[in-house]
Amino acid sequence: MHIMEGFLPSPWWQVWFLVSLPFIIIGLYQLNRLVQEKREALPLLAVAGAFVFVLSSLKLPSFNGSCSHPTGTGLGGVLFGPCIAAVLGLIVLVFQAVFLAHGGITTLGANVFSMGIAGPAVAYLIYKAGTRAGVNTYATIFLAAALADLVTYVVTSVQLALAFPGTAGFLGAFSAFAAIFAVTQVPLAIIEGAVIMLVFKYIVQLKPEILTRLDLLSESTIRKLREAAA
Amino acid sequence: MKYGMEIAVAALIIVFAAVFLFQDAAIQASLGDGEEAWGGADGEAADLIEASGYEPWIEPFWAPPSGEIESLLFALQAAIGAVIIGYTFGYWRGSRKTA
Repeated sequence: MHIMEGFLPSPWWQVWFLVSLPFIIIGLYQLNRLVQEKREALPLLAVAGAFVFVLSSLKLPSFNGSCSHPTGTGLGGVLFGPCIAAVLGLIVLVFQAVFLAHGGITTLGANVFSMGIAGPAVAYLIYKAGTRAGVNTYATIFLAAALADLVTYVVTSVQLALAFPGTAGFLGAFSAFAAIFAVTQVPLAIIEGAVIMLVFKYIVQLKPEILTRLDLLSESTIRKLREAAA
Repeated sequence: MKYGMEIAVAALIIVFAAVFLFQDAAIQASLGDGEEAWGGADGEAADLIEASGYEPWIEPFWAPPSGEIESLLFALQAAIGAVIIGYTFGYWRGSRKTA
């Protein structure tokens, strides 16, 4: 979903920087508080960031003859909310823009918005809604992570269609970009959802107290999940 | 079932790989000389934009000089992440056992 260097004309690259900036600032503030108040959650933060590193480096072949990569930001979005996930996404995107010429410095704002903010925000909202409605925790995680991945690419298509409506207009351009990105992404999103669901299971097994500390799962739900896995 | 989820995820990945192989065979058969399938979707979007006559207004200031070096850096990125994940889960598991 990386928009490549120079592929967003003015004013769009500035616009996306401005849109992403407040999320990053709030994210840094929240990170600071997390470090001071919930130190035991730091390893989990490292895992969430490391997941973005691993998953966004894997370019997987999809079914329609092109390759794309999962984002991995859904996990961070569920665990820490979209603002902290935005900071995690920013780190990875800077790494890829500087060392790999993948994405770009001028398009960083737009890429942070799609991968770091929009996707994780969707994951976060789905998780909150799912747990409130009493849906199975793992099913919720699967859905949250898969849709975070998919939404990232839908947002990228919107960003490109806004900048390059061409002669077809916004909707025509959007469907052209979405045909390239979103269609490739559907199978990858399913795989990403499944992998993150599995990782969440291991977190529940090994370090459930962090999840209650972050107000993600109640102790009774955790007990139920652990009994089901035993 | 204790490993139900692991089996389900493994099955999903096997299905994914099988469909890929099947599709690849079909795509390779219809491919002309010198054409290459399985390019990046990012690049396809860039081609679509360039087809409209747009020229990127700025180039990356540094790009990996070859495909090998690019894959080295991608592998490095994945390795950094994998080490952190493995370390943390191992640490949690170890501290649980000794607790």
